Amino acid sequence: MTEPTLQVENLRTHFFTRQGVVKAVDGVSFEVAQGRVLGLVGESGSGKSVTGFSILGLVDPPGRIVSGRILLEGRDLRAATPEEWRSIRGNRIAMIFQDPMMTLNPVLNVATQMTEAVRAHQRVSEQAAREQAREALVRVGIASPDERLDAYPHQFSGGMRQRVAIAIALLNRPALIIADEPTTALDVTIQGQILAEVQKLCRESGTSLIWITHDLAVIAGLADAICVMYAGRIVERGTVDEVLDAPMHPYTRGLLESVPSRNRRGAPLRQIPGMTPSLLRLPPGCAFRERCNRATETCFSDPPLYELGGRQVRCFHPIHAEDEAAEEA
Amino acid sequence: MTPPADTPAASTEHPAPAAAVDLAASVPAGTEETPFRRLAVDFAASRLAVLGLVLFAAILFVAIFAPLLSPQNPYDLAQLDVLDSRLEPGARSGDGKHVFWLGTDDQGRDMLSAIFYGIRISLGVGVIATLGALALGMTLGLAAAYFGGRTDSIIMRIADIQLSFPAILIALVLLAVLGQGIDKIIIALLAVQWAYYARTVRSAALVERSKEYIEAATCLALPARRILFRHLMPNCLPPLIVVATVQVAHAIALEATLSFLGLGLPITEPSLGLLIANGFTYLLSGKYWISFFPGVALLLTIVSINLVGDQLRDVLNPRLQR
Amino acid sequence: MQSIVVLFVMSALVFVGVYAIGNPVDILINPQADQEDIERAIKGLGLDKPLWEQYLVFLQRAAAGDLGKSFAFNVPAIQLILERMPATLELATAAMVIAIVLGIPLGLLAGLKPESLGARTIMAGSILGFSLPTFWVGLMLIMVFSVHLGWLPSNGRGPTTDLLGIPVSFLSWAGLRHLVLPATNLALFNLALVIRLTRSGTREAMLQDYVKYARAKGLSDARVIGVHVLKNISIPIVTVTGLQFGALIAFAIVTESIFAWPGMGKLLIDSINVLDRPVIVAYLLIIVTLFIAINLAVDLLYSVLDPRVRLADAKG
Repeated sequence: MTEPTLQVENLRTHFFTRQGVVKAVDGVSFEVAQGRVLGLVGESGSGKSVTGFSILGLVDPPGRIVSGRILLEGRDLRAATPEEWRSIRGNRIAMIFQDPMMTLNPVLNVATQMTEAVRAHQRVSEQAAREQAREALVRVGIASPDERLDAYPHQFSGGMRQRVAIAIALLNRPALIIADEPTTALDVTIQGQILAEVQKLCRESGTSLIWITHDLAVIAGLADAICVMYAGRIVERGTVDEVLDAPMHPYTRGLLESVPSRNRRGAPLRQIPGMTPSLLRLPPGCAFRERCNRATETCFSDPPLYELGGRQVRCFHPIHAEDEAAEEA
Repeated sequence: MTPPADTPAASTEHPAPAAAVDLAASVPAGTEETPFRRLAVDFAASRLAVLGLVLFAAILFVAIFAPLLSPQNPYDLAQLDVLDSRLEPGARSGDGKHVFWLGTDDQGRDMLSAIFYGIRISLGVGVIATLGALALGMTLGLAAAYFGGRTDSIIMRIADIQLSFPAILIALVLLAVLGQGIDKIIIALLAVQWAYYARTVRSAALVERSKEYIEAATCLALPARRILFRHLMPNCLPPLIVVATVQVAHAIALEATLSFLGLGLPITEPSLGLLIANGFTYLLSGKYWISFFPGVALLLTIVSINLVGDQLRDVLNPRLQR
Repeated sequence: MQSIVVLFVMSALVFVGVYAIGNPVDILINPQADQEDIERAIKGLGLDKPLWEQYLVFLQRAAAGDLGKSFAFNVPAIQLILERMPATLELATAAMVIAIVLGIPLGLLAGLKPESLGARTIMAGSILGFSLPTFWVGLMLIMVFSVHLGWLPSNGRGPTTDLLGIPVSFLSWAGLRHLVLPATNLALFNLALVIRLTRSGTREAMLQDYVKYARAKGLSDARVIGVHVLKNISIPIVTVTGLQFGALIAFAIVTESIFAWPGMGKLLIDSINVLDRPVIVAYLLIIVTLFIAINLAVDLLYSVLDPRVRLADAKG
């Protein structure tokens, strides 16, 4: 069995602000196997985006990676020099950001922004780089690529821009792509197209994918495995079927139940009571305790990540199938 | 997915929230927090600005008490001895009675005294011109904001056109037409500056105007003039103060430049600019002090005002106010 | 369109200033002429006609390029000014070049590492550049570089050669030596401006998402800053400095006086001092026209540089 493309062990990324230390990522571990898709799910503030940036080494001050290991194809990234980091970014690991309008430079045309990504990592001529860019645009389904290359980002629609971003990510055939909420800023119809596109491309090229999102519906059809994050930690982990069909953590269940399509028509929408805690003032013990209807005295201490039959859950009172049935009744 | 904040908790206990860190700075008990006091405290946060203020206070002191402080009245011809001319700093006068700490100029005037008087004139002209421009600009700006419509467009058009030309050009043209004289210089400086105030006041007033207390005053049928000056104006003061401080420095610099070019104040009222001009020709022969020291005095005046103005601007910035 | 209106308004103002406020006879006719000559001149200049008629005549003449004759030199005022223009333009251009070539790198430095000692020094220097009166700096430059060190000449313009029919002095070493001090003096204010603009632009740009994205693509820092950031911040910087060109020409008045540089500005001061009013009027009108031309040029430049504006215009 080949080693996993990415292994993250006990990653801690903290932000040292004037008001205190924000533990945005606090002991996160997961793996992504080759050619597989991992869904990283959580609300805003859960630490999922920071996890993505940490893997690329793009955490800006006042934040920094405090401890943990990041292994890319067995290689320890944290031991890399700045120059090594540079050669990994856009090459072995590529990232797709959330809003392509903000991430593509408005004053440079698409060709420049694509060829520079190629020439940063391959010693080829401008011509050859342009050829590669052209091919990449075709692969993501953009018609008349030559015209598009000479155009500027603001001349594209949102969906097209994101396709360009995907094309850029694929240019240097990375081992891993991290997609940070790439469809959040798009129309629902376009979302579906982009999802299908990305899935197909990853299957074709054997690229691993981490898809960061807050939308469970999106992840359902795409991911092989899911990690659910809350307040900087992973609270549940398993295959997509396991987690979505039989969630063990109360938070995961709450998320699933709030999806409108899962509710009966006419009945009031179910919600998770309370609010995500501020990372500056985490309550002692389980971070979800104040919003959980299964909480007890035990929950005042920090729950560790339990292994239950190949899955992981960070809860003293995980939900088992029998409990579910009992509650429904 | 984020649940709304006001959903009542189902069956969870509500443990007491952890003691919140008190992030607000505590005001010592017993002190009154007037706006002025807060302004003073904020201002003092920058050591550089305090230095500027101290420096400026010293210069102001010199300006006001020049006749008392100067060892010699440089414009009293009876006191001058042409044999004392062009002496180096630190030299003694011919009759051995005084030391010319900063040297003498070509007429035998003590540079130190000349500088003191010069500061007085430079500062005086600058401040008067600024106050005048302030009054004019403020009135016009308030009128533009209050009456709106055509009055507004006309006034602002003129202000815009004027602002698009460099100050020095406008001043030169006016002086060419009007001639020399202290009043004419003040008119020129006024004409150059009013537009800044008008614009600043107008923006501030437009913001205030839409606020309720103005509506209330209008409903009470108070006369326009009263509304303008008693109600609108005081609230437009903070940005004005900032602009005015910086503009005083500009006015002083502009007057100095004009005097240097020979178009400003007449010789009977020598400002620092004129002193510098006088010494220009001696620069090349190494008698630097006739120009240099008045220049330093000018510099200190302008820089101190700018330091104060910079800090005032940061402190009075409404967006930074807590 | 608006510019033409401004031109008219300015010409009317100048006209009023010359003809109505001052004594027109004094302004346009050499006060040393005797009574008969004066009366003949009055008739000749149409000063006995009503004001609006005079204005029309003025416009007519101005359109034909006749803005009166200089008292001091007895040649058409326009000719005098045009003779001196290349010198002023050369000075202003040199100052602009200095401000940009020095200002952008310094501003970049200050923007990339705002807390560093270098950045703080640069910013403190820029505050000085703003506050110091130009003429005083000029004096200091002369004092240090001409008198004390004797490295550079303190007045005059170097020998000129013709470039495309226009006499320029920077092509020779001697010419450059004469150009350095006055150009640096003139450049100071603008240099401070460019540094501050570049610094704030850089600080803002570095926080933008496209910078993070560029780094995520694995681009070198040099490229991220040199291409991505620079291209974005250069647009506002170029437009502001372009507009400042007019101010440079105006401030050149002071610099030319100090360094005895034979440009339009010095001509103006000399004319004011000897009351050579036709020259003053001519200078004003030419400067106004120049300003308007500069504004138009900058507008054009902006649309060339910013693809968003360019394409919006093309589409719309």
